[in-house]
Amino acid sequence: MEPVRLIEGAVSVLDRDDVDTDQIIPKQFLKRVERTGFGEFLFHDWAKQPGWELPSNPILATGRNFGCGSSREHAPWALEDYGFEAIVAPSFADIFYSNCTKIGLLPVVLAEDDVRDLMAAGHARIDLEEQEIAFGGRQLQFEIDPETARRLLEGLDDIGVTLQQLDAIERYEAERERTGPVTTTV
Amino acid sequence: MPKTLFDKIWDAHEVAEGLLYVDLHLVHEVTSPQAFESLRLAGRPVRRPDRTLATADHNVPTDGSSAAAQIRDRLSRVQVETLERNCREFGVPVYSLGSERQGIVHVIGPELGVTQPGMTIVCGDSHTSTHGAFGALAFGIGTSEVEHVLATQTLQQRKPRSMRIRYEGELGHGVTAKDLVLGTIGRIGVDGGVGHVIEYAGPPIERLSMEGRMTVCNMTIEGGGRAGMIAPDDTTFEWVEGREAAPDPLPLGEWRELRSDDGARFDTEVVIDASALSPQVTWGTTPGMVVDVTGAVPEPSHEGEQRALDYMALEAGTPMSEIKLDRVFIGSCTNSRIGDLREAAEVVKGHRVASSVNAMVVPGSQRVKAQAEAEGLDEVFRAAGFDWRSAGCSMCLGMNPDIAAPGERVASTSNRNFEGRQGRGARSHLVSPKMAAAAAIEGRFVDIRTWEG
Repeated sequence: MEPVRLIEGAVSVLDRDDVDTDQIIPKQFLKRVERTGFGEFLFHDWAKQPGWELPSNPILATGRNFGCGSSREHAPWALEDYGFEAIVAPSFADIFYSNCTKIGLLPVVLAEDDVRDLMAAGHARIDLEEQEIAFGGRQLQFEIDPETARRLLEGLDDIGVTLQQLDAIERYEAERERTGPVTTTV
Repeated sequence: MPKTLFDKIWDAHEVAEGLLYVDLHLVHEVTSPQAFESLRLAGRPVRRPDRTLATADHNVPTDGSSAAAQIRDRLSRVQVETLERNCREFGVPVYSLGSERQGIVHVIGPELGVTQPGMTIVCGDSHTSTHGAFGALAFGIGTSEVEHVLATQTLQQRKPRSMRIRYEGELGHGVTAKDLVLGTIGRIGVDGGVGHVIEYAGPPIERLSMEGRMTVCNMTIEGGGRAGMIAPDDTTFEWVEGREAAPDPLPLGEWRELRSDDGARFDTEVVIDASALSPQVTWGTTPGMVVDVTGAVPEPSHEGEQRALDYMALEAGTPMSEIKLDRVFIGSCTNSRIGDLREAAEVVKGHRVASSVNAMVVPGSQRVKAQAEAEGLDEVFRAAGFDWRSAGCSMCLGMNPDIAAPGERVASTSNRNFEGRQGRGARSHLVSPKMAAAAAIEGRFVDIRTWEG
């Protein structure tokens, strides 16, 4: 994963609540076995509707509970492939939020009114190290789990980080792991 | 200090701070290929194939195909074949097409007995919350996390908050677990559970069958919850006992400890009167847009609801009982188990599907299908004009050929009524198996409590 530090640029607006991952990337595109090339199918059905406009910009500002529904990581893949580097919303669905942080797509939670202001401002600068977003003459702090922020800032490979704790995993397996079920002998 | 059921399972699985051990990793063909590919590129093995289990479900045709090679859609075929090849290469047991154990991942786990109380269970699928019905901590993950679990058998997790939803009273006649959970989502909202693990409790939950409990926990994600869980009891133990992977004897002393202690603190508490619930029908494009079957399509209160009405081609004020249907789908990880099919068959028996309706039943697994056939349920459905299919996710998400056409209106026992979920432009209404069965016969929604058939 590439380190995430500063994201600056124009803001695309999708002013809707409860945008589900079926809309972000419909099921017919989940049959691919690759991780790339999903951007062109982003919001496939909505993009065909009259009046739809979602330019490719570094930042997407959107409504509450963004990314609800299916756990498909194809949704963050599509958003990232389309050009987004950060998504700002009043709240995110849990699995989607986690999926974004795993691929270096930065989810930023701001109060609903602040997201509205950001939508109006049209341009922003996000500094992950300072946990700060600046737009329209305002500077706001945002919350992010410190460990998640560290991994994003350093572009760390999660598996590599966990394997540094291999001793602890082996100790758990030796001392505390539950007995069964053993799937290989069912 | 008193602990919640969730605390107990969490504490027993914390390898180090923020690192959770995974007892069972379920895998399917759609969210795993990129994870296996990354492992291969990094030269990493699957750490614990003996705690991993795969099946093909999302993409499989329900026409009785018994091998991946028979799948006509090329991309679907490649995906199922890729799963089989990955599992062979990494030593992971897989039940693909042709296996008598194949089926929807959240149906076969409990069925084989690999889902047990006190476990941590993950899968690259949001409906993994289903397994919480057994008193397990079970939740969906993305593909990067699938890869992480394959490589390390652990997951990096911040501990979510806890919520208890306690039900009082008694579910009325004809009101099912599906209505209970739809009514709950209608009440708390589709983001009401975000950031929380939800424990369902109270006498109405204790009275539910395991199938009913799975339906409730399954739809936790539709209320935004990270996981849903129910303390195991005799109903659970009887269900698990004797299954292939179940311990013999069951460690009942240990399992009976898996409950929230008196005085345990939850971050959020909700109380719902189950007696007040009626059969539910969704009218919009999120599971929270739901009303009593005796109600009407509501006036839109914001732009999102107006957009939902437009998509659904419905007008505010229309009684739910006047909504005419084109299709009925009985199936999905929410409602495709033998108990669900028995309930639907009981309604259907002796009736005919309305001539305007195309109705199908998709059992959740090959074993559910075989059991239903042994009981003659397939004959009941066929005689009524239902299409009796083979096992898979099918029209719940329409990745296989079972999709609704643009504009078609579907009564569905599945879990999501999102735009386009069951087919581009298709309009989905979520209901219980009984309600779907009666709707198939009448060609419109009816109140199962007063329907005379």
